[in-house]
Amino acid sequence: MLEIKQLHKSYPIGDSHLHVLKGIDLSVKEGEMVAIMGSSGSGKSTLLNIIGMLDHADSGEYILDGLLIKNLTEKKAAVYRNKFLGFIFQSFNLINYKNALENVALPLYYQGMKRKERQELAMFHLGKVGLTDWAHHLPKELSGGQNQRVAIARALAANPKLLLADEPTGALDTTTSYEIMEFIQQLNDEGKTILIVTHEEDIANMCKRIVRLRDGVIMEDKKVTQVRANQHV
Amino acid sequence: MFDLDTWREILQSMNKNRTRSILSGFTVAFAIMLFTILIGIANGLENTFEEAFVDDANNAIFVHAGRTTKAHKGLQAGRRIQFKNEDISHIKDEFEGKVQYITARLFRNVNASFRGEKNSYSLRAVHPDNQFLEKTKIKEGRYINNNDLTNKSKVVVIGRLVEEDLFTKTTPIGKYINLSGIQYKVVGTFTDDGGDNEERMIYMPISSAQQIYGNNDYIDQISLTYNPEMKLNSAIDFGIALEKDLKKKFNVSPNDQRAVRVFNMAQQTKGVNQFTTVLSVIIFIIGLGTLIAGIVGISNIMIFIVKERTKEIGIRKALGAAPKAIVSIILIESIVITAIAGYLGLLIGVGILEWVGPGLKEYFIKDPGVNTSIVIVATIILVAAGALAGYLPAKKASRIKPIVALRND
Repeated sequence: MLEIKQLHKSYPIGDSHLHVLKGIDLSVKEGEMVAIMGSSGSGKSTLLNIIGMLDHADSGEYILDGLLIKNLTEKKAAVYRNKFLGFIFQSFNLINYKNALENVALPLYYQGMKRKERQELAMFHLGKVGLTDWAHHLPKELSGGQNQRVAIARALAANPKLLLADEPTGALDTTTSYEIMEFIQQLNDEGKTILIVTHEEDIANMCKRIVRLRDGVIMEDKKVTQVRANQHV
Repeated sequence: MFDLDTWREILQSMNKNRTRSILSGFTVAFAIMLFTILIGIANGLENTFEEAFVDDANNAIFVHAGRTTKAHKGLQAGRRIQFKNEDISHIKDEFEGKVQYITARLFRNVNASFRGEKNSYSLRAVHPDNQFLEKTKIKEGRYINNNDLTNKSKVVVIGRLVEEDLFTKTTPIGKYINLSGIQYKVVGTFTDDGGDNEERMIYMPISSAQQIYGNNDYIDQISLTYNPEMKLNSAIDFGIALEKDLKKKFNVSPNDQRAVRVFNMAQQTKGVNQFTTVLSVIIFIIGLGTLIAGIVGISNIMIFIVKERTKEIGIRKALGAAPKAIVSIILIESIVITAIAGYLGLLIGVGILEWVGPGLKEYFIKDPGVNTSIVIVATIILVAAGALAGYLPAKKASRIKPIVALRND
């Protein structure tokens, strides 16, 4: 599903460079649910951004679903993002003047789907996260947990191969966090491959595999027994 | 790119971000409104100036004779210069091709009466060409013609106000009126844009007047128009040459300012042209200034809008929007807003001109109005400026990495 070999990335800081990723090797199979952990500055978000084609690596190889991701034009990257990837962000990143339904339908709009079709599909995904009744509400009229569920529905709408979550529970309280994680676990149960960046141990333990980063290298990569989120609720 | 969905997306963005849309629209509408009003007022000023010169043909030259003030060639100062019929033919021969119309004029004041109605009027005895020189408009009947001249007919053409004064009960054509004791047949009536004085005038054939008022061939004044195909400067030269020639013919010193006087409209026209040129330059600068202010305003707003939407752009990119889709949505939105606002500005500006226009006449502003095409061009310039000002930052925003845009809070 995902193959990363000797990935390097550095950011210029003044005259010098900050070497963030120092040769990452990572392989993720279909249906896995991987937590990427590390303290701030360990390079975990950078790694996720490169995987998400939101950023690009300086060197190394990145193969997604048998496709070498390298030197993409903006246009091609946009198509790949739309087709392969679903994003969930810490701050939800919904468009504030669009209601829940329109936000969920947006990736389908960029796929060129017809209005009626994409509204039906968006409604279906909203239903899956239990927000059918809130379809016509604006993000500001929804709670944090509801907004994140809208974001999850949006990430799922285009039926991506890989779901990327950057601190998906970072802005939520514990109860809501577990609710969200329950959704994410359900998605994984249905066969979706999921990568979660987090620095919370309990969230990481709800995944099936934990990859620990420190100073730009992988320190530890182990399989764990998944803790089901619904046990906490 | 221009499908219904794109438009829906744009209209939603405009509608949901109303303050932003109204703000950018206001800048453009205000600039276009100011532009319209300024151009309108300037046009009004120009109209006033043009109107001041509609009385006579604008290529007219008037030649007057007076007394000499300088002794010349053994002739004393104080000698009276008298034009005669032969001077007309002399000018015609001497300046062939340069003279378009020419007429002699003899001025008298007459007491006119018709069936008990009486009044005194100015009388001008003229050649038929006078009609074109004076821009006289025949209302009924005809003007003086060459037959009248040859036959020395006792006919007159009377002004609109003369007709109103004397012919209260009947029409004047074919009737005889009494001018200081002599009966004349009215052959025509006329109107003139030059004002009431011009319409309180009676015209008569020059030959008839010469016979009746002195039995000589004297002329008070010669009026002519220069060939309208002549350039302004050569028309001015013609006037100077004419003055020189007549002074020589009457043995007048070239420096004598009173004996032979030539008043050339070309010289006035040149002055007016210079004035209107200066006025146009001022209008152009003011208009340009307004436009530049508008351009700067709309550019600022567009840059701000793109900045404000950076995060939205990042989200859209993460969801799979191509850079082109990002640029087009921002551009089309800006074009739609500025175009609508420009049109509104034009409507408001024209409305204000229509509303206050009639009250401005005493400030030398007549019929202020605008050429719609100028305003449309101005609007297009503003729309283009807004589009360009939006395009550059939008292009830049569409190129920044989505991760950077998403971090932008």
